[in-house]
Amino acid sequence: MSAILFDRIDEPGLATIDVYTRRGGYSALKKALAMPREAIIEELKVSGLRGRGGAGFSMGTKASFIPGAEIDKYLVCNADESEPGTFKDRELMQKKPHQLIEGMIISAYAVGANRSFIYIRGEYVLQAEMLERAIAEAKQAGHLGENIHGSGFSLDLVLQRGAGAYICGEETGLLDSLEGKRGNPRLKPPFPANEGLYKGPTLINNVETLATVPPIIEMGGAEYAKLGVENSAGTKLVSVSGNVQRPGNYEIELGISSREIIFGLAGGPEAGRSVKLWFPGGSSSPVLTADDLDLPYDFDSLAKAGSMLGSGAIIVVDDSVRVVDVALKLASFYRHESCGKCTPCREGTNWTVNMLERVQSGEATPMDLDIIASVQEQIIGNCLCVLGDAMAMPVGSLVAKFRPEFEAHIEAARERNGLGASQPAVEQPVLTI
Amino acid sequence: MSEVTRFTHGSRIPGWDQSTDPSKPAAAIPDPATTTVPEELRAAIEAEIAKYPERRSALIPALHHAQEHHGWCSPEAIEQVACVMRLTPGEVAAVVTFYDMFESKPVGKNTIYVCTNISCSLNGGDRILAAMRDAAGDDPDFNIRGFECLGACDMAPMASINGEYVGPLTDEDCNQVIAQLTAGETPLPAKQLSLRPCADAAGRTGGDGQ
Ligand SMILES: Cc1cc2nc3c(=O)[nH]c(=O)nc-3n(C[C@H](O)[C@H](O)[C@H](O)COP(=O)(O)O)c2cc1C
Ligand code: FES
Repeated sequence: MSAILFDRIDEPGLATIDVYTRRGGYSALKKALAMPREAIIEELKVSGLRGRGGAGFSMGTKASFIPGAEIDKYLVCNADESEPGTFKDRELMQKKPHQLIEGMIISAYAVGANRSFIYIRGEYVLQAEMLERAIAEAKQAGHLGENIHGSGFSLDLVLQRGAGAYICGEETGLLDSLEGKRGNPRLKPPFPANEGLYKGPTLINNVETLATVPPIIEMGGAEYAKLGVENSAGTKLVSVSGNVQRPGNYEIELGISSREIIFGLAGGPEAGRSVKLWFPGGSSSPVLTADDLDLPYDFDSLAKAGSMLGSGAIIVVDDSVRVVDVALKLASFYRHESCGKCTPCREGTNWTVNMLERVQSGEATPMDLDIIASVQEQIIGNCLCVLGDAMAMPVGSLVAKFRPEFEAHIEAARERNGLGASQPAVEQPVLTI
Repeated sequence: MSEVTRFTHGSRIPGWDQSTDPSKPAAAIPDPATTTVPEELRAAIEAEIAKYPERRSALIPALHHAQEHHGWCSPEAIEQVACVMRLTPGEVAAVVTFYDMFESKPVGKNTIYVCTNISCSLNGGDRILAAMRDAAGDDPDFNIRGFECLGACDMAPMASINGEYVGPLTDEDCNQVIAQLTAGETPLPAKQLSLRPCADAAGRTGGDGQ
């Protein structure tokens, strides 16, 4: 497989417009500007490109939802990248900012948006600087601004830095933040494609999704679709971290075995350790175990196994780690990041942390595990956005898959605290209302 | 556990347990005639406003400028931002308290975020936070915070030091960071993110990278 996104990634100067252009950059833009808009959207559909930010929705289909009317429309690039374990967009923005900008110009042209924004997480200072410089260069070169290369199409691009809030990666929370408000998600529908930024139709895509657009235009959608497997076309950046020897970003062809990524590329856990569990798509994805290592890494295979590809962030946890600590770490993160707008998420994340603290400190009984499990069930599907689900799915899966370890932990902690053995677990959660 | 200030109930609703004086009218938009705003801060905020079709969109960039100017989002800073943005101080304060990077209490001039999220903690992130705090002692120049995933889990355990990402860190590095910052030097220049090659390019022989 030849790299599409990481091609020449470490070449010195690739972040400058000169080197990028010398390596063929901005030729896809020229090609696209000579194509009818519908033809570009068609290429995107044919390519099979699915969103790389988490939900995996077809990019071409989403673009086709943007109304054709001559009204104010917007393109927003989601560069908030705050899903724990995810750091792929960082590498692209820092080292290939022009590929993102080129992808944005083509996408904006395709949907007829004249204003575009990149919302980058506030902590990414270096990456914001690289992008600012690249945007200035692109303006200078006439790729941005009025009447781009005589096409009659004009585009403005503004970079906005966030200020530290995971929820601003959720697309409607992002829009509120971009409008200068607290990043509270909005009720959907209406979806951003109809009513987004400043109430105008808005296309929102992840950095990696948009950076894949120029290669697709260059090689043609059909050619791109030959990469990968059915329903999972193309290549994907995976961020591998946790207990592995060679953590980092790797570009893989979708459908290769997860073992190949975790062991072949990232080196697996250190000698003498083994994989206890892994998150295939960021900390919001239900966990998988060592038994699942041979799963093909693609959207359908991971979904079939009860998890998801998400943002492509693989977090590996080895056998030296206590599963209770992992669950508490996760739940604490989501509690902290809950915006507080809807009750199941605000209360559910808070009580899950409280109960896991009880488990950790040894005040709990196995019945608490039933209550934890039932709280997770009551969160899923009942929130304004999926932040609550993003805690409930992995925490629920940890309790379900590692229940004996939780119970052993509870008994050991009770013993240590001189509380004696707990009552036998009840079969039914007591809290069924 | 996250170390960023939390409001007891696990959500971003500060002040829910504080009493207010309902007889006091809500503060209005500050009067430009009587509010003094430092000239460069005003210019920076106005330049941000000019970028957007709706001026309120410039609020978060404006607060970044104000925090840089004042060291934190003080009541005075909020007043000045509100004045230029034509918002009420309440509207501005509501945004300040939502975002972790905005400081609503005075802090030391060196801000260090130590990541304590999952991948860093699997590699000792919680220990690094403690070591960093130990190294700084009670020096008021340091604002050391445990932070959520900073998007650099490949260099775990890591920290962001005045915006510069460094890692992987050892306990000894923490002493060095504090010493270097105190001496006005660049902290851990050899461990900066900007020097890090892409794992993909570095790992493949005869492949796509260098
Ligand atoms: C809580 C939450 C956090 C999210 N964070 C991000 C993020 O940091 N970056 C991102 O691209 N998408 C994130 N998403 C997904 C976005 O809502 C949206 O689906 C995505 O930006 C669409 O782009 P895509 O179709 O190119 O993937 C998040 C979603 C949720 C619910
Ligand atoms: S967990 Fe520390 S940077 Fe991601």
